Amino acid sequence: MKSLSFSSRDLICGALFIFIGLFFAIQAYGLELGTALRMGPGYFPLVLAGILILLGIIVIIQGTQIEHEPMGPIAWRGLLFILPAPILFGLTVRGLGFVPSLFLTGMVAAFASTRMRPGTALWLVGGLTLFSVIVFSYALGLPFRRFGPWLGQ
Amino acid sequence: MARKGRAGAALAIAAIGSFFAGTVSTILVAVFAPPLTAIALQFGSAEYFSLMIVGLISSIALAHGSVVKALGMVVLGLLLGLVGTDIYTGTPRFNLGILELSDGLNFVALAVGVFGIAEILRNLENEHDRDVTIKKVSNLLPTRQDWKEMTAPILRGTAIGSALGILPGGGAILASFASYTVEKRISNTPGEFGKGAVAGVAGPESANNAGAQTSFIPMLTLGIPANPVMALMIGAMIVQGIVPGPNVATEQPALFWGIIASMWIGNLMLILLNLPLIGLWVKLLTIPYYMLFPAIIAFCSIGVYSVNSNVFDLYAVAFFGLIGYGLAKLRCEPAPLLLGFVLGPLLEEHLRRAMIMSRGDPMTFLNRPISLVLLLLAAAVLVVVLLPSIRKKRDEVFVEE
Repeated sequence: MKSLSFSSRDLICGALFIFIGLFFAIQAYGLELGTALRMGPGYFPLVLAGILILLGIIVIIQGTQIEHEPMGPIAWRGLLFILPAPILFGLTVRGLGFVPSLFLTGMVAAFASTRMRPGTALWLVGGLTLFSVIVFSYALGLPFRRFGPWLGQ
Repeated sequence: MARKGRAGAALAIAAIGSFFAGTVSTILVAVFAPPLTAIALQFGSAEYFSLMIVGLISSIALAHGSVVKALGMVVLGLLLGLVGTDIYTGTPRFNLGILELSDGLNFVALAVGVFGIAEILRNLENEHDRDVTIKKVSNLLPTRQDWKEMTAPILRGTAIGSALGILPGGGAILASFASYTVEKRISNTPGEFGKGAVAGVAGPESANNAGAQTSFIPMLTLGIPANPVMALMIGAMIVQGIVPGPNVATEQPALFWGIIASMWIGNLMLILLNLPLIGLWVKLLTIPYYMLFPAIIAFCSIGVYSVNSNVFDLYAVAFFGLIGYGLAKLRCEPAPLLLGFVLGPLLEEHLRRAMIMSRGDPMTFLNRPISLVLLLLAAAVLVVVLLPSIRKKRDEVFVEE
């Protein structure tokens, strides 16, 4: 069994390398390649992309020989709450202003953990926001609007 | 040592060893960096290219897990570093038509994403595992017996660390492993290692710190980061508008000596703050993790946004957080990727310049003696990490960590 089965981790990893390599290779091919003497913008990336594809193939081949360990759980809840947090901050920091935006971001991130209770999150993120405003906005003087135009200020 | 109830003494020994090693290696940097700068000025593009290859290959040697995957991460990092605008022709490339990408990817966003966000996600995978109880720490100060046992390891660790730190790619981690191995071999009681031997703490900690300091030498003189930590430092300098390289010492003497002075002050602060506060640090570890990461996310967001006041960078953080988490799941280390990202544009620039100067003859990398030696070194490192016996040993070393 062992000799014929693929490690799903290595399979995905190799496929990812090949995919990214192909992506860069196709992009680079559209650029001027130039010669070895006078390399164009596409020359070096094309070489690198080729190496990456080759490495991807090697990873897949090697994956057939190594003993497999399970992938382990995937932090779906974490992904769902952590990744949007900086995006939310980016979307609202200009409109809502620094204070409400940071508070919202902290709240979203706080609920990535199943252990967080709403009450705890409220005072934790509240304290965090207060701390950040004092340190970053007042003490360090970063040029953030504390409350933005969306709030009518 | 923590299990023997001597976590306090262990931390104290580590702090003292680090302080001594930091002082010595700071002096080394101050003494050797300026003359090395003179040599660095003779480096041509071919030498730079070869040196960077050495650095990239060495970073593979120190990554956990599969060598091939680490190589892949380096190449991926190099490719990501090329996103933006071609330096010679001004042609935009790989920017997918996104205007914000024409200046290249933001280094801070990439680093925060693949290290910070990905690390948080990994910790959220298995929340039940992280209930660490730490016993009360008592008797902080090392005993007289400890002092006697730690002197020689600290000296040896400092020497090993200083020497290895200069090597590109090696740096602090390699130094501490090397020191640990040496102390274990010299020791009369090797069985004590891992069970509370003073030498096992003092040596590696000193080596670690000495290596961390001397790895500034290649960065300050050549402008080439020797390891991912230095890559972060270079990123920080570039963000401040300083181009690291041989000219830093002459053009920005205040900065150059400032860094060196700050290293020593940093070491002093470390010991002054750490010794009395050891108890507090240990307590910090007991804060549940889920209370910490809203703060981490908030500070990451503020930090990334404050670099350029560019909202796009925050989206990049989320994107690279996802990528970083995926790669971690696939057992790919992010550190070589980061080094590749920083070196990507430099590597291409020097490759192209070297090829133009040699009129398209790739033998230029082998005809120039310094370049040849460096490339041979890179090849040797690559062969060594691929050898099965060494590979096994390497796995063991990382397990010990």
